[in-house]
Amino acid sequence: MAFLELKNVYKSYGTGKERVEVLSDINLSIEEGEFLAIVGFTGSGKTTLINLINGLHFPDKGEVLLQGKPITGPGPDRGVVFQNYSLLPWLSVYHNVKLAIDKAYPQATGKEKDERIRSYVEMVGLSHAIHKKPAELSGGMRQRVSVARALAMNPEVLLMDEPLSALDALTRGTLQEEIVNIWSKDKKTCLLITNDVDEGIIMADRIVPLTPGPNASLGPEFQVDFPRPRVITEINQDPAYKLLRNEILEYLIQVGAARKQEQKQVEYTLPDLKPVMPGRLRWRKKREDEKVKYF
Amino acid sequence: MKNKLITGLRFTGLGFLEPLVRLIQGEDPQKNTLAFVKRAIFPLLSIALFIGIWHASADYLYNKEATARIEKAREKQGETAATEMKECIASGDVSCQPNTLPSPAKVWLAYQTLLRDHKVISNDKAAFKKKTAALNAKRKAKGDAPITYTGRPSFVDQIITSLQTVFAGFLLAALIAIPIGIIIGLSSTLRNSFNWLIQILKPVSPVVWLLLVFMIVKTLITNPDMDKSFMISFISVGLCAMWATLVNTSMGVSSVDKDFVNVAKVLKLNVGQNIFKVVLPSSLPMIFTGLRITLSVAWMVLIAIELLAQSPGLGSFVWEEFQNGANDSNAKIIVAMFVIGLIGFLLDRIMMTIQKMMSFNKAEVA
Repeated sequence: MAFLELKNVYKSYGTGKERVEVLSDINLSIEEGEFLAIVGFTGSGKTTLINLINGLHFPDKGEVLLQGKPITGPGPDRGVVFQNYSLLPWLSVYHNVKLAIDKAYPQATGKEKDERIRSYVEMVGLSHAIHKKPAELSGGMRQRVSVARALAMNPEVLLMDEPLSALDALTRGTLQEEIVNIWSKDKKTCLLITNDVDEGIIMADRIVPLTPGPNASLGPEFQVDFPRPRVITEINQDPAYKLLRNEILEYLIQVGAARKQEQKQVEYTLPDLKPVMPGRLRWRKKREDEKVKYF
Repeated sequence: MKNKLITGLRFTGLGFLEPLVRLIQGEDPQKNTLAFVKRAIFPLLSIALFIGIWHASADYLYNKEATARIEKAREKQGETAATEMKECIASGDVSCQPNTLPSPAKVWLAYQTLLRDHKVISNDKAAFKKKTAALNAKRKAKGDAPITYTGRPSFVDQIITSLQTVFAGFLLAALIAIPIGIIIGLSSTLRNSFNWLIQILKPVSPVVWLLLVFMIVKTLITNPDMDKSFMISFISVGLCAMWATLVNTSMGVSSVDKDFVNVAKVLKLNVGQNIFKVVLPSSLPMIFTGLRITLSVAWMVLIAIELLAQSPGLGSFVWEEFQNGANDSNAKIIVAMFVIGLIGFLLDRIMMTIQKMMSFNKAEVA
């Protein structure tokens, strides 16, 4: 039995005319300890998919099963790393992580909690900034705190919703490595949502593309068999890497193009109007070099 | 040191002194002189212009009333009376001075009179205290109430009473509005059910609140030793002023950023943690904006309420002076006007500083 399973899941937003089918017929199963990446265009419903798993949303049809049991709401067994970090700006790094620790180990004494908090913060390499507020951290550091907070809940599954998409390419690379390192230590089940095929190949065991929405569904899966640890500079030279990357990209581009053709072409005719430029109040003759100020 | 001073100045709303500080340090003289002129000299010039216009119009009104008086005397009593009246006005005799908008100079004189008056009264008070000290000690030993000074309060005493009333009212408003705002904000059902009531009660005039509070307090408090007028005025002030905080708190609580709500859900925070760790911190800026409005509204309605409730304070000072009709009464009223304005401005600045301390920069964080 799969560890996390989505069976014939449908999800839509709105009612009546405004109803938008976001996801349709999603079937997915993730084995325990697996690192799965879902790659898709922006707006294809990736965040909706992850919200179905973390329990913030519920499917219209079909079911989401964790260890064979349907998901009834958010829970500490699923740690989430949000796309926009979602750290509480009024709490320091320490206290942001503490929120999760308090939830995961309610029985622990103050000292044990303190040790755990420090160990998770150290895991993401932020010990020097432990008492800083999120506003004082760089984007990459904030995302690390977010990862630490998700891990601190000691979850069965780690769900990551485009965790690195707001970062620059260099920080991205190091964080990718770090997340994989942390994952390889205790082999928690990981679901990564991303719009970057390379990121998926570097980090995941398996990549499943999501076709563009509305009515997004999952495409054929791609196995990623490169040995770990994967080093980005080495893997870049590998012809198998290029092949896989091209295959996934071609598939995505192909479904993207097909989707575009399906959409009705609506032609808008512009009204035949001549624009009138706003005039300037003239008290005196305008000088050559004068800048026009309207207010 | 310099940077600290500048941040401090900016924080307390004294930012207009910043160019001067930089100028003294010899930093970019041309730019900072210009900035200083723009931020400090121009406002001062506008005040000077205001005083100029005030002086001119006071002069005009004075002359108009003086002529009217002379004309009236001529009409009613003949030429000799008119000349007498003219001489009387010119001599500055108190008995025949025109009673109109006082000039800035007169207001300044009235201000000094009030200060002198305060000195006299406080000396008087101190002397009284000294005189009755022994007697009061004896009365205390016997278990009697001490003899207190019951003389006329000075202008400064009135200001202090007003401040006490406004703070009592403000505290009452905060204590009522913030908890109710949080409860209403957390539940959309409650918010909907109370919305109409709040919208209807919000625009009710301070005078009506005063009467309502009067009806209730008069029945509830039968002990004649209790300061009923103070209670009535501070409760009315609180009721008038609390709406801004109530609405802002419930708005702030109900519009917590969706990301934070999701975090709270995913972390499965319980109700207490959710309120104190997520909801309240994220709505604090809104709550403090509400409190700032509440304090300024409280100060504004306080004068009207004191005036009607016969409770001591600046409001009754203004009313008594108006009823009094002495030759410098009008000037004293204008002094009170400026004092009210200045204190209101100061209170607002204090709240603004606290508000700045409380708010976090969401844009920097997200």
